[in-house]
Amino acid sequence: MNPFNYSAEQLQAAALDVRRDIITMLVEAKSGHTGGPLSCTDFATALSFRILNHKPSEPHWADRDFLFYSIGHVTPVNYSLLAECGYFPLKDLMTFRKLNSRLQGHPHRLDTPGIEVSSGSLGQGLSIACGVAKGSSIDKHPRRVFCVMGDGELQEGSCWEAIMFAGHYHLDKLGVIIDYNKRQIDGEVPKIMDIAPLADKWQAFNWHVLEIDGHDIQQILAAYDEMLHYQGKPTVIIAHTTMGKGVSFMEGKSEWHGKPPTMEQGEQALQELGTTYDEWSSRLLAG
Amino acid sequence: MLKELTKLEMKKTREGFGHALVELGEKDERIVVLAADVTDSVNAGFFARRFPERFIQMGIAEQNMAAVATGLSLIGKIPFYSTYSVFSTCRCMDQIRISICYSNANVKVCGAHGGISVGPDGATHQAMEDIAMMRSLPNMKVIVPCDYWQSKRATMAAAYIDGPVFLRFGREAVPTLTDESTPFEFGKGVVLHDGGDAAIIACGVMVYEALVASEVLGKQGIDCRVINLHTIKPIDRELIIRTARECGAIVTAEEHQVYGGMGSAVAEVLVSHVPVPQEFVAVMDRFGQSGQPDELLRAFGLKSEDIVVAVKRVLKRK
Repeated sequence: MNPFNYSAEQLQAAALDVRRDIITMLVEAKSGHTGGPLSCTDFATALSFRILNHKPSEPHWADRDFLFYSIGHVTPVNYSLLAECGYFPLKDLMTFRKLNSRLQGHPHRLDTPGIEVSSGSLGQGLSIACGVAKGSSIDKHPRRVFCVMGDGELQEGSCWEAIMFAGHYHLDKLGVIIDYNKRQIDGEVPKIMDIAPLADKWQAFNWHVLEIDGHDIQQILAAYDEMLHYQGKPTVIIAHTTMGKGVSFMEGKSEWHGKPPTMEQGEQALQELGTTYDEWSSRLLAG
Repeated sequence: MLKELTKLEMKKTREGFGHALVELGEKDERIVVLAADVTDSVNAGFFARRFPERFIQMGIAEQNMAAVATGLSLIGKIPFYSTYSVFSTCRCMDQIRISICYSNANVKVCGAHGGISVGPDGATHQAMEDIAMMRSLPNMKVIVPCDYWQSKRATMAAAYIDGPVFLRFGREAVPTLTDESTPFEFGKGVVLHDGGDAAIIACGVMVYEALVASEVLGKQGIDCRVINLHTIKPIDRELIIRTARECGAIVTAEEHQVYGGMGSAVAEVLVSHVPVPQEFVAVMDRFGQSGQPDELLRAFGLKSEDIVVAVKRVLKRK
């Protein structure tokens, strides 16, 4: 049971707050990834506030579901959601990427409540999720395991070892969401190293495949519902998303993969998101 | 003693590993074992047949195996993953670094077929960089047992050492120096033979070669201490410092590249505390090749005769 169980409207409001957090913490950090966190925000917010069975006050609760961000670099959305859920104070977000912060540039299990495993080197998260799912099936434990993957990440060969493993062992408590924003640092994914046709590939590896608009909350919730009920195979949701979603001048631009907004750009972004840097950083610092 | 040394029972270290897994599995439900297609070669098959529900066949996918093991550890399992040491370490170094070590995950990395004594398979299958790679990683512990019983004991101990542990075994049967009752103390080197002229510090199959060398040297009036340094990380600093003070000259002997292995680890202690002369018996920055195990040990300068020469060389610098 998710402790929040937000409605679609509440999830949309929460996602807006998360986008404000992302921009504010990146402006403060002067370093970090902007595009991917914004493209993940809608389906990730739905996971934390509607789907995931977790207890923010008890991060190591034994019966929890597990959520892995195999794309470690989306820490802004990962940390924002952990803080918004109550794993640690909101004000910690303003220490992101600074010396001695518990919020490292890429997530570190031993530093941050709610981070299940250290990551940042691509192509490892799904294997770890497979380990939790396989171990849970040995124990006949009903826990769910979710893994958020990137599209560029699928160029790492090790991903396909894990995809093969989950299909082979019919790990139907395992679900993957692919942030298919079709952008990576060097440019457009199809031009750098094409991963299409994605649905056919996963199907061939014995997965149940769903494709959705990753910013449409109704489609997101319907896909999660199907994922939770599907038996016999693991499910992958290919979420078609837009890099930098929610900020006009970032949308669809590869250059926003790995850089933060300047203060001026941040103000403009926050204005589009209905707030200001002063207002939102004050909210974080007070939290 | 030389006569006794030639009469020792020959047993495989990897079998000690396999038998320990079964014993562990019997008393602890949390033990799970993973293997990547070479299940019987690494003797994980003993466990696989006894506890099929807790054995995970990975196929030929070592990167996935290392990270799946990490996931298993996150829900309280004690995973041992196993294949040839070249594959359980080099092949998935990044998974070991980030998923296992940076997370301090409770994963046991097990490498069979360590060293040149792997034999005719040749360089690709002879792990000679694994100790260096594993000991460079924060949180990783490194154990290289010398015989069957020590392999068994070390494997049993590793299950209850918190965090990542690398266990390195060999392919061939080697003389059994310890017995069922010999204790294994993690992190503590063992003085097998006392002496004050020089000390030979060895690990793995080279412990036997060191004992033979010390016996040959004894007959020539050179009294050599022999130490089995089965735990390379954390290293037994206190024993090394005391030995250096008392013996004044050290020879290290290992079936591994000279760069970064056990000898380097000993040298790091010596130069910081008691900078006595040291000589290295190791593989001198080259790849292995095909051949019979004993031929290879000889060709690569890893026999007792080579240790004898190294002791005489280090004594000149004492």
